[in-house]
Formats: sequence, C-alpha cells, structure tokens
Amino acid sequence: MGRADRLMAVGLDGKAHFISWGPFQISLANLLVIALIVVLFVLAIVLPFPKQRSRP
Amino acid sequence: MTTRADSPAERRSWTSRVRERAEVALPPDKLLPDRQPEYVASWIYVFGVATIAALIFIVASGVVLTLEGPQWYHVSAVGHFVNSVHLWSVELFFVFMVVHLWGKFWMAAWRGRRVMTWITGVVSFLASIGAAFTGYLVQTNFDSQWISSEAKDGLNSVGIGAWFNVVNVGQMLLWHVVLLPLVVGAIVVWHVLLVRRHGVVPPLDAREETSP
Repeated sequence: MGRADRLMAVGLDGKAHFISWGPFQISLANLLVIALIVVLFVLAIVLPFPKQRSRP
Repeated sequence: MTTRADSPAERRSWTSRVRERAEVALPPDKLLPDRQPEYVASWIYVFGVATIAALIFIVASGVVLTLEGPQWYHVSAVGHFVNSVHLWSVELFFVFMVVHLWGKFWMAAWRGRRVMTWITGVVSFLASIGAAFTGYLVQTNFDSQWISSEAKDGLNSVGIGAWFNVVNVGQMLLWHVVLLPLVVGAIVVWHVLLVRRHGVVPPLDAREETSP
C-alpha cells in the first residue's frame, strides 16, 4: 500500500461504533448516512433554486 | 416505396400498431421537451435525475470491473479506484433515490393518473436493493463471506434459501451482473417514459402545467 493509499484508507479492522437506546441499536455509520439524507431533504425544500437567465 | 401503413392489411401489422400507439402516447415534444413548468425550478425536483446520473456511473464502472475481474480490482491502484467509484456511486444512488422518494411521497406523486409512475419507482427501488445486496455478496473478500453467511440464515428462515442461495457465488454474480441490472434498467426506462408521458407532478398547491 502506497503512502497516499495509507492516508486515504479508512480503518475497517477495529470495533464498529454502535449507538444503543433501549431496544434500538444502530451503527454510527448508518445513523450518519440517515442524518445526511434528512439534511439533504430539508435543504432541497428550503434552499432557493437559481433563477434561469432570461432568454433573448 | 411507402413508409406508412396505408392499406387495411398493412394497418393490421403489429409494427404499425405499436408505432401508432407510441406516437400517440409519446409525441416527440413530450419525449424530449425543452421547457418544464415553473414549479420544476426547485432542488427537490433535481434528485430524480441525480439518481439516474449515479446509475450511469454505477453501470459504467460495473462494466469496467466486469471486463477486468477481481484479480485486477483487488490489487491494482486503478482497479481500487474503479471499485471505489462503483461503491460510492451506489451510495450516492441510494441517498439521491431516498430524497427523491420522500419528496414524491410528500407531494402525493401518484396524483393525476401517475399511479404506474409511482409503482415503477417503488419496484425499481426494491430491485435496486437486491442489486446492491448481491453486489456486497460478490466482492470476493471476507466481508462478502460474512454477509452471505449471515443472510443465509435469514433467507433459509423464510424458505427461499435453497433457490436463492446467497453462498453460491456463481449464482449471486450472475444475478448481480446480468439479471438485476436488466430489471433495474428496464424499470427505470419505463419510469422515465411514464414521467415524460404524464409530466412532472406539480406541488400540492400548484396548478397543473403552469408554463414558465
């Protein structure tokens, strides 16, 4: 593995991080992806879309 | 030489019937429009085409992986890169598709004779889950061994494990590179044609077909 590969590699050999709440359990990675999707959804609704330049 | 079916006998041919029905259902200005209603100028309407863009990356990188094989994508630097493009385009595909699904659900996108558009979207989502799942099974590494052995118990418990055998790498590989891409591709094409035919669904408080 080259230096660049080592710098960019994500360590997958360690113990996975889980978040538990009563009977519910979810991996931190899955929770972050779900949070990202929720944020994207909210931004897609509230952010204004760029106006189209008027055609000649 | 005639190019159109003129006589009754010619009009009965299946090619002329299919052509006439296609021309009625999807005239060229509907199939390839250059204007959209004003309400389409919103970020929430971008995620359908973003999903298709991710799908194009998935198919293109998958074709390269298929041509070169596991010995290449497990070892070489370019192989690692193409393998990662395949993985991350799948991740983006599902992120975009879920935002697209939520957006369409909350604007009740099945309105206005668009039920089949909604259903083809749901079916393509389910088929995509199958395609992604078989992709994880054919990585040819310890991760795929772990996922297949865990999934085997689940699928055996619902009675389909003998037929859909997730520890059979050959079967899963063929499902992943032939069967499921054909299913997903065909349903997505159908879905897009239905969107073209019935138009993009307006927001709940907008009038249909508002011109810009």
